[in-house]
Amino acid sequence: MKIVVDFDLCQSHGLCTEAAPELFEIRDDGFLYILNETPGPELATKAQKAALECPTGAISIKDE
Amino acid sequence: MQTIVIVGASLAGLRCAQALRKRGFAGRLVLLGAEPHAPYDRPPLSKQLLSGDWPESKLFFHAREQHAALELEQRLGQTAAGLDPRERKLLLASGERLHYDGLVIATGARPRSLQQAAGLAGVHVLRSLDDALAIRTALGAKPRVAVVGAGFIGLEVAASLRKLGLSVSVVEPQRLPLLGLLGEQVARSVWQLHVDHGVDFHLGRSVAAVEGAGRVERLVLDDGTRLDCELVVVGIGVTPETRWLEGSGVALDRGVLCDAKLATNVPDVVAAGDVVRWPNAAIGGEVTCVEHWSNAVEQGAAAAARLLDGEAAPAFSHLPYFWSDQYDRKLQCTGQVRPDDRAELVNGALDRPAFAVMYVRDGRVTGVLTSNAPAVFLRARKLLAEARSVDEARKTLA
Repeated sequence: MKIVVDFDLCQSHGLCTEAAPELFEIRDDGFLYILNETPGPELATKAQKAALECPTGAISIKDE
Repeated sequence: MQTIVIVGASLAGLRCAQALRKRGFAGRLVLLGAEPHAPYDRPPLSKQLLSGDWPESKLFFHAREQHAALELEQRLGQTAAGLDPRERKLLLASGERLHYDGLVIATGARPRSLQQAAGLAGVHVLRSLDDALAIRTALGAKPRVAVVGAGFIGLEVAASLRKLGLSVSVVEPQRLPLLGLLGEQVARSVWQLHVDHGVDFHLGRSVAAVEGAGRVERLVLDDGTRLDCELVVVGIGVTPETRWLEGSGVALDRGVLCDAKLATNVPDVVAAGDVVRWPNAAIGGEVTCVEHWSNAVEQGAAAAARLLDGEAAPAFSHLPYFWSDQYDRKLQCTGQVRPDDRAELVNGALDRPAFAVMYVRDGRVTGVLTSNAPAVFLRARKLLAEARSVDEARKTLA
């Protein structure tokens, strides 16, 4: 699984950081950081939740 | 359960369909939509679509998500006209009767229209893609624009159209925009932002008449002001779309009245999205509608769980979240703010782009609004979820 964020779409709503705090973080500079781009399958559900709850559809999950 | 019918093909309905399949529902899944379009995203309508930054193709969820595996029977351009829960039939406006074993009500809300403008061309509401496209088409003639209602839709339209260089007047009965939602301080800051961008406000005024021969030519305000305009955009709120359920036996009260798990009073009928009024534990059990994007997403999934798992499904609670983009500002608000809550500036300055305002009632933090401060906003979400004290909140948000 690979986490891909389209940073042209991302507006730092930050809901992904609530759905998957292991994977996403908004820092004080206001930008989103991916903490782990290739998480294990145990985080798949959280990653998918983050993608579905992103208001700008900026997150996609690719199979590797 | 062999057939599940979802009535409403917008965000809540789509997310419900996705959750049903993810949970292993392998039966017939019908998604009924009144609009002729496949599910699309509404927030960009008043922003990227109106300003011309995005083509309409970018709004469709199927363009940005993989839906092939859903095996949906999409029935678009078809309207529900009634429900017979005893026979488990959904009645369509076409006269067809559709059988269901489980049904999801996700018909959202419809915009209120301006009664004074009945029958005149050039007067638009903004809820659907077709509404937005009609407005965008009308912009080609460089009309003078009057926006009626200084709520979020009205203000986003004003911002988008000012960016295009159009002349924009805003008519609002209250003495400041958003006053009835966010209180004096934030309202004044937002008003100033729009004034700085050249919006012509008529505050404390309402529309007495809409004049024109076939097409709108002017608004006449209650103080006699004549506002010449060729385009009117009306943003005066929405009404839950429950007309088709009247007399069906489904309990209605300014929306579809649901229990804490989003079940209606009728067996195997659940609801999701703007249309739902339910007791929300995240805001002290208050029974409300939450007409925002994230709520529709989460309720779609929760309604699917309730339908498949029955009483074993968990209660649905949701910390409300909405945002608004105006010019270079992103406003984000969480919690359940009332306009008379005490507002306290906890970060930044109200005359600068970045700030945070905390709302307090009865010694409790009820909500937080931030402008261009996403990291502060997420700290606010956390402290609201954890019901932290006002003092702790003040320190955390500073």
